[in-house]
Amino acid sequence: MANTQGTIGLLGWIDDRFPLTKMMREHLSEYYAPKNFNFWYFFGSLAILVLVNQILTGIWLTMNYKPAAADAFASVEYIMRDVDWGWLLRYMHSTGASAFFIVIYLHMFRAMIYGSYKKPRELIWLFGVVIFLCLMAEAFMGYLLPWGQMSFWGAQVIINLFSAIPVIGPDLSVWIRGDYVISDVTLNRFFSLHVIAVPLVLLGLVVAHIIALHEVGSNNPDGVEIKKVKGKDGKPLDGIPFHPYYTVKDLLGTMVFLIFFALIIFFMPEMGGYFLEHPNFDPADPMKTPLHIAPVWYFTPFYAILRAVPSFAGTQIWGVLAMGGAIVMLFFLPWLDRSPVKSIRYRGWAFKLVLAAFVISFLILGYLGALPTTPERTALAQICSFIYFGFFFALPILPAIEKTKPVPERVTK
Amino acid sequence: MSTVDAVNPGRRHFLTLTATVVGGVGAAFVAVPFLKSWSPSERAKAAGAPVEADFSKLEEGALMTVEWRGKPVWLLKRSQKMLADLPGLKSQLLDPDSNEASQQPKYAQNADRSIKPDVLVLVGICTHLGCAPTFRPDAAPADLGPEWKGGFFCPCHGSRFDLAGRVYKGVPAPKNLEVPSYRYLSESRVLIGVDPEAA
Repeated sequence: MANTQGTIGLLGWIDDRFPLTKMMREHLSEYYAPKNFNFWYFFGSLAILVLVNQILTGIWLTMNYKPAAADAFASVEYIMRDVDWGWLLRYMHSTGASAFFIVIYLHMFRAMIYGSYKKPRELIWLFGVVIFLCLMAEAFMGYLLPWGQMSFWGAQVIINLFSAIPVIGPDLSVWIRGDYVISDVTLNRFFSLHVIAVPLVLLGLVVAHIIALHEVGSNNPDGVEIKKVKGKDGKPLDGIPFHPYYTVKDLLGTMVFLIFFALIIFFMPEMGGYFLEHPNFDPADPMKTPLHIAPVWYFTPFYAILRAVPSFAGTQIWGVLAMGGAIVMLFFLPWLDRSPVKSIRYRGWAFKLVLAAFVISFLILGYLGALPTTPERTALAQICSFIYFGFFFALPILPAIEKTKPVPERVTK
Repeated sequence: MSTVDAVNPGRRHFLTLTATVVGGVGAAFVAVPFLKSWSPSERAKAAGAPVEADFSKLEEGALMTVEWRGKPVWLLKRSQKMLADLPGLKSQLLDPDSNEASQQPKYAQNADRSIKPDVLVLVGICTHLGCAPTFRPDAAPADLGPEWKGGFFCPCHGSRFDLAGRVYKGVPAPKNLEVPSYRYLSESRVLIGVDPEAA
């Protein structure tokens, strides 16, 4: 006997009890995505791929890793040297962390050029920014685990950011560390947060991100709503089923991505000190700071903003606020960008200019954040920080001077 | 007699509200052990015992480091030249007179921030974000400029301190380096972590 989905046999039996076919249809074979997705639309599915990689290799790493100050460094070396294929699992995880940020930054950039955060997709963007925050927390706590010099001193610097908060700051940073200095206690709790607490939240947010996306439908490079023009069957004329069309396309993206991913894992897993920093090959020493402390590359733009702001009125809270503000601004993006035109294809030169300035300043900040400071570099970082924030303040006033082009009814080629 | 299926919205609303409040209070109480378990444990608190440092072998102009509460504590034997340079820096410093009371005990709130001028005791943690600054006694090195009279330089964010741990103006660190409480046990031994016995 057929059910509402028309399935019989074992699948029919399941569908009577669990919406398996219904879900597959809603999210894959009958999820209509715009037919004009381009290169920039690879990064959502690639982010899921990297997430799976991190979870899988992470679970395997915990089988040999020991989250104690006395054993952590040695257990990572043990994984690298003595555990069969341990070096590969570890490099897949450490390279995966950097790959995650590359993919996510490109994914966010895609949203910015095509206005994917605009109505009705604000919640998708908000979920996404929270995912980005979780990812930063995840990466930061994960970096402490090898218990190298950079692990220790990087965590020291970042946790001390909290002590800059007036009144409660010093107690708060002690509470986070569970000790007066970064210690075994801190390592142990970061391990717990890194392997279970944050990943759980992350998975929930990814599900929410995708459910929200499938509720309103995907944006596209033209920034037009495909749901506006539907055929007689009620399906968008410019939409194609996600499966098989985009599953196949994403498979190609996956292949190309994996080629580069494998090249890095096998031939340059440290990426010249950018993916795994050199001082992290020395065990943590609380008595000796490495001569130059820099976070891993994906944090450097925000770190450069932190360093660019001088202390004022006896507190360094301003730099901390600026760094936090650099991320908080992202939450407001859907409401700061008031132009009715979504895609950069139909926006005026003014938007292209401020977006280009924003991206360039972000890249320069990322470069500066990895280097020791000099007065000239600090000045440049200050200019770039100014441009970074200027972007968000320029957006609301853009429509007044921006001349947009007419947006087509249907998607173009 | 009321009918069985009559709904009293006021009473239902009241019950929902009270159940939510009581449940919320319960949840807040349950959160306490989870939050408090993150505070330093009794073992971590006990580890803050004072440590003794013997600087009898320390040469003039040299620095030694001891560990106290997991932090580096420096002992610097200052030369007459080093001490003589200190007053001349005043205009370049943020807090030359050590007015910030939290950064040193009362007995070290003086021109050279120490009990005895020749020996400086400092917590070697930058007041910016907790890096360990490096000891740079060399005068006018290429990277620190011709005005440099020796002091401490934090490699993390470029904060500068003089040879009394006083912070320069225009660097990220907002305060002078901390002088811990310490007392002399003899001419060449100090105990770090306790105040001097009242004279």
